[in-house]
Amino acid sequence: MSEMLEVRGLSKKFGNVVTAENVTFDVREGTALGIVGPNGAGKSTLLSLITGVLPSDSGTITFDGQNITSLSAASRTKAGIARSFQIPRPFVDMSVFENVYVGATFGGGFHGQVGYEAAVRALETTGLMHLSEKPAGQLRLLDRKRLELARALATNPRLILLDEIAGGLTEKELPPLIELIRGLRDSGVTVVWIEHIVHALTAVVDELMCLAIGRVLAIGDPQEVMRSPEVIEVYLGSTFDLGEAS
Amino acid sequence: MEWLNAVLQGILLGGLYALLAAGLSLMFGVMRIVNLAHGVLAVVAAYLGYFLVDKLSVPAFLCILIVIPVMAAIGYVMQLGLLNPALARGGLAPILVTFGLAVVVTNLLQQFFSADTRSIQTGALATDSIQINDDISIGVFPLLTFVVGVVVIAGLQTYLSRSRTGRAMRAASDDKEAAQLMGIDNRRIYAIATAIALGVVGLAGVFLGMRTQFSPTYGDATLIFAFEAVIIGGLGSLWGTLIGGVVLGVAQTVGAQINPAYGILAGNLVFLAILAFRPTGLLPKAVNS
Repeated sequence: MSEMLEVRGLSKKFGNVVTAENVTFDVREGTALGIVGPNGAGKSTLLSLITGVLPSDSGTITFDGQNITSLSAASRTKAGIARSFQIPRPFVDMSVFENVYVGATFGGGFHGQVGYEAAVRALETTGLMHLSEKPAGQLRLLDRKRLELARALATNPRLILLDEIAGGLTEKELPPLIELIRGLRDSGVTVVWIEHIVHALTAVVDELMCLAIGRVLAIGDPQEVMRSPEVIEVYLGSTFDLGEAS
Repeated sequence: MEWLNAVLQGILLGGLYALLAAGLSLMFGVMRIVNLAHGVLAVVAAYLGYFLVDKLSVPAFLCILIVIPVMAAIGYVMQLGLLNPALARGGLAPILVTFGLAVVVTNLLQQFFSADTRSIQTGALATDSIQINDDISIGVFPLLTFVVGVVVIAGLQTYLSRSRTGRAMRAASDDKEAAQLMGIDNRRIYAIATAIALGVVGLAGVFLGMRTQFSPTYGDATLIFAFEAVIIGGLGSLWGTLIGGVVLGVAQTVGAQINPAYGILAGNLVFLAILAFRPTGLLPKAVNS
C-alpha cells in the first residue's frame, strides 16, 4: 500500500520556542496513526503545519504522492485533508446543518443536491441529524465534538487529523466514538489521531508516535512505543496513567 | 404637520445613509476592517458618475450600470493588493492602510477635478415630488433612494444568509482558520466581499452625487454619517445599519426643524447618546442566522 502522508524534516519555531524539529514520519493509506506526547510537545502545531494553517520553517509534506508544502490551507482541504480541533470551533451563528454544509460545498466540492446529501450523510454518521436546525453555538460539549467530526467528514477527506476528539468525554461516551473512528479507518480513510486517552488510541491505531518538545521520540507498534524507555521517561511525573496503555 | 413632514423626510434621508453605510457595515462584518477610505470612495463613485453624465453624456441612470461594476472591480483589486496583506500584518495595519488610501485618493481627486463643487444632473427627477397635502410632499428622488437602500440591505442580507458565497463569508467572519479547513479560500472570499461593498458604495455615491453638491473633501462627512449609521444600528448587522441610517436621518431633519443650524448637531447627539447608553447599537449582531 502506498503512503498517504509523508512528512520529511518538518521544523517550526516561534521565536526560541521549538514546536517541531526535523519531524519525519509516514502514514500508509488506510491506516491509523496515533500521536501521544506531554503537553507542549507540539502535537496540535504539527496538525496545523500539515493542514497548512501555519507555514513551516523548513521540511516537506507530501500527500498522496503530491508535494503540498506550498499549497494554501483551503487547497489542502480540497485535496482531501481534514482536521478537527481540540477545542471545538463551530461557526456559532450558523445552524449545525449549515456548519456541515459549508464543508461539503467548499472542501468537498459538492454542488446542489449532492452537497446537501453529503452534509446529511456526515450528520447521520456522527449522530447529529436530530440537531441539524439548532444553532451550533448552543450545542453541549459532546455534540460540539461530534460537529467537529461531522464538518471534517463533510469535506470528503482521504486523510483526517483528529485533535483530542475524545478529550473531556465520559467513559460511557467513548466506545461509540472509538467505533466511529475505527469505521472511518476501515472504510479507507487514513487517520492521524492525537489523544491523551491512550486506551482509546490503542483500540484503533495501527501505529503510535510519541512527540516531545517538537521531536519524534518513538514511532512504531503501539505497545512497543509505550514500553520504550524514552517514552516512559517523558511521561514520568505527569498525570498520565501508564496502566491504561496495556 | 411640519414635524410629521420632518420625520418623513428624515426617514427618506436615512435610506441614503443606510445605502452609504451598507458597504462599511459589510466590510466590518465579514473582515473586521474599518474602512476609513469608505467616504472618499463614495465620492470617487460620484465623480465617476459626474464624468460619465456631464462629459460623456451618458444618461444619468445608465451611468449607475457602469459605476457599480467599475467600483466593484476596484474593490476586488484593492482587497487582494492592499487589504489582504494589511490583514496579514494584523492590528492597526488595515486602519492605517485605509486612512492612507483616503488621503491619497482625496488629493488625487483635487488634482484631477479641482476643489470646485459638482453634482450629477438628473433633470426633472431632481425636483419631482408627490404632494400629499399642504404641508407634506415627498420627493420622488429621495423616495427612490430610500427604496433602493431597503432593497440593497435586504438583498445583501439574503445573499449572506442563503448563498454559498454568503455562507462562506459568515464562516470566515466567525473563524478564519476553521473556514480555511472547510476549504474556504478566505482571501478570495474577502475580495468578493469588498467588491460587493464597493459596488454598493458605487451605487450610494451616484445617488449622493445626484442629491447634493460634492467636492473632493466631501468624503469626510460621508464617512462620519455612514459610520454613525453603522454604530447606531449595531456593528456587523445589516438590518441594524438600515435602522441606524433612519435614526440618524430623522435626528438630523427633526433637529433642523427646531433650528436649521441644529441638523448635523442633533444627529451627532443621538449618536453620542447611543454610544453612552447602548454601545452595542440598536440591533447588535444576531441577525446572521
